[in-house]
Amino acid sequence: MPANSLTSLAADLLSGRIRVVDLTQTLSPQFPQIALPPEFGQCWPFRIEEISRYDDRGSAWYWNNFSCGEHTGTHFDAPIHWVSGRDLPNNATDSLPVQQLIGAACVIDCSAPASADPDFLLTADYLKDWEAVHGRIPPRSWVLMRTDWSKRTDPVAYQNYDETGQHTPGPAVDAVRFLVDDRDVAGFGSEAIGTDAGQGYHLKPPYPCHYYMHGAGRYGLQCLKNLDLLPPTGAVIFCAPLKIKNGSGSPIRALALVPA
Amino acid sequence: MIPPLVRPDRKNPFVRTRQPLLPPWVRSRAALGLTAAAALGRFELQVCGDCGAVQYPPREMCHRCLTGTLRWREQSGTGELIAETTVHHSNDLYFRERVPWRLGLVRLDAGPTAVVHLHGGCPPAPGRVRVGARLDKSGQGVLLAFPIDEVPNMADDPLMREMSCNPQFRKVLVTDGKTGVGQAVVRAIIDAGADLVWVGYAEPWKKLPGLAALEALPQVALLPLDLTDSGSVRQTAAEIGGRVDILINTAEVHRAQGIASRNGIEVARTEMDVNYFGLLRLAQEFGPVMRSRGADGQSSATAWVNLLSVYALTNFPPHGTFSASKAAALSLSQCLRAEMRAAGVRVINVFPGPIDDEWNQTLPPPKLTPDSLARAVVTALKDGVEDIYPGDVAQEWLARWEESPKVLEREISTY
Repeated sequence: MPANSLTSLAADLLSGRIRVVDLTQTLSPQFPQIALPPEFGQCWPFRIEEISRYDDRGSAWYWNNFSCGEHTGTHFDAPIHWVSGRDLPNNATDSLPVQQLIGAACVIDCSAPASADPDFLLTADYLKDWEAVHGRIPPRSWVLMRTDWSKRTDPVAYQNYDETGQHTPGPAVDAVRFLVDDRDVAGFGSEAIGTDAGQGYHLKPPYPCHYYMHGAGRYGLQCLKNLDLLPPTGAVIFCAPLKIKNGSGSPIRALALVPA
Repeated sequence: MIPPLVRPDRKNPFVRTRQPLLPPWVRSRAALGLTAAAALGRFELQVCGDCGAVQYPPREMCHRCLTGTLRWREQSGTGELIAETTVHHSNDLYFRERVPWRLGLVRLDAGPTAVVHLHGGCPPAPGRVRVGARLDKSGQGVLLAFPIDEVPNMADDPLMREMSCNPQFRKVLVTDGKTGVGQAVVRAIIDAGADLVWVGYAEPWKKLPGLAALEALPQVALLPLDLTDSGSVRQTAAEIGGRVDILINTAEVHRAQGIASRNGIEVARTEMDVNYFGLLRLAQEFGPVMRSRGADGQSSATAWVNLLSVYALTNFPPHGTFSASKAAALSLSQCLRAEMRAAGVRVINVFPGPIDDEWNQTLPPPKLTPDSLARAVVTALKDGVEDIYPGDVAQEWLARWEESPKVLEREISTY
């Protein structure tokens, strides 16, 4: 077999020179799902029912049925998810180009400002400051917003609701425009329950990351974890959604390859 | 004098828990009319449509004119206690454990003479009494004589403890404390003397008013419980199931929609998931352990209360999918009732009309306040009835439904 970059990748994986980092929250009934006002349709939480467990329902085998929404747990948003991306070609989970589901990751560390302010908005200037240190964000790379929000293991703290809604960090309007228009990224990923900030409904336009990313045929990743284990640059992520016909998204097992 | 109920001592862990036994439960089809009325808290006897004779015991035909146009009609129950006896020995297993037991012979003012259980407050024979019908441990209707005037500690008579589900000194699980109804039920059940009330709440990140105030009550223990999650129900039953004497299922999802007013089945499925499957999950996990404690001393497991809706009787099309989920729950509750019967644990169904909450905002009054609903639940427990229809709307629907389900369906469908 002639050597190429893939054979060397396989060898590096085998030897541990490249590590695989799991960026995925465990799918469990306790993990919270996005909540909309009660009169709207709702996303299903993850639920699981035992079919049999080596018992009278099936003597030698254990298995479950589970149910969840397309946007439950660590998940992928396809462009068709948002009204701005509804008419794009190849905008759904079954039709989008799989070439883009594996790519380089730029990890923007926002953990300090997000811990000081749950409503922290990542601005274009913040991204430019990051580029000044780590270099220009390459085209078709994945930009991941590290906030350490995933370390909030209590669902109440993770959701962080009060009477005025949810308070979680996300990107500002100018940051999303910068990433889409000037840097041509593949998508944007966050640790919180949405790619947009909890108060993103009050930005102009509402939910700018959904609006501009999906409007430009780009993707979203939510509920990621372990972003603190990734280098600012140099990691490659795998984030393929299930091939749901005309699906708007899907829970994923998000993985990253990082140099050891 | 009836001594007041006192808080029972802690259970001796070396004494085997008494197994539930039932009084004789076999009834003729005709006699089940007495049970049907008692289930609603009514005392009814057969009245002949031809000659007007009132008869007891129930029969297929009028004992006087032998025609068959018998109707069950509510009775005042007043009469003369003409003789009484106290049973000190019985070969029946249930009564054997409960002697001495007072029985009497009452000549009802309406005509018939009946053998009845005697409440401890009844005067010695001869004397005036008021006969009423109650459901016994087997769930069948029996006749009891009460004193004409209230005496102190009426409800504490051992006979009443057998034939009611009094919350006093009992431990209660209210499955959803986030709703106005759930919170009102918690307060009412504490006012009725419950020792401990576990209050379930789902989706802890959704903060709704009132839950924190409940937590401040010394009798209340909050616990996470989500009826859509089988694992959560199983966990809760494992943790507290062996101590729950009364389970009150207040969890429900209610959306105001028919078939045509909303596309898709998602909301209807959520209603079914909580209102029907939620009950099924609870019944599978809490049913067995509550059955095992049906005779566990003075504070045995005694009742299971389902918050249904009068729309379970006939569909209210503006809330059509909700109605269907409650009809499904009603059907399942009958299965639960059959399965709990052997343990003497009563299944009480509550059929309120529209409750004064956000999902009935656009319905005109009269609407039932959560407090009135909660009081009705406590009364049902104290009276040991099976089905209650609290509020004016529910009472009217019930009367019309008893008269003709089809007429009611037509009237409601042209609402």
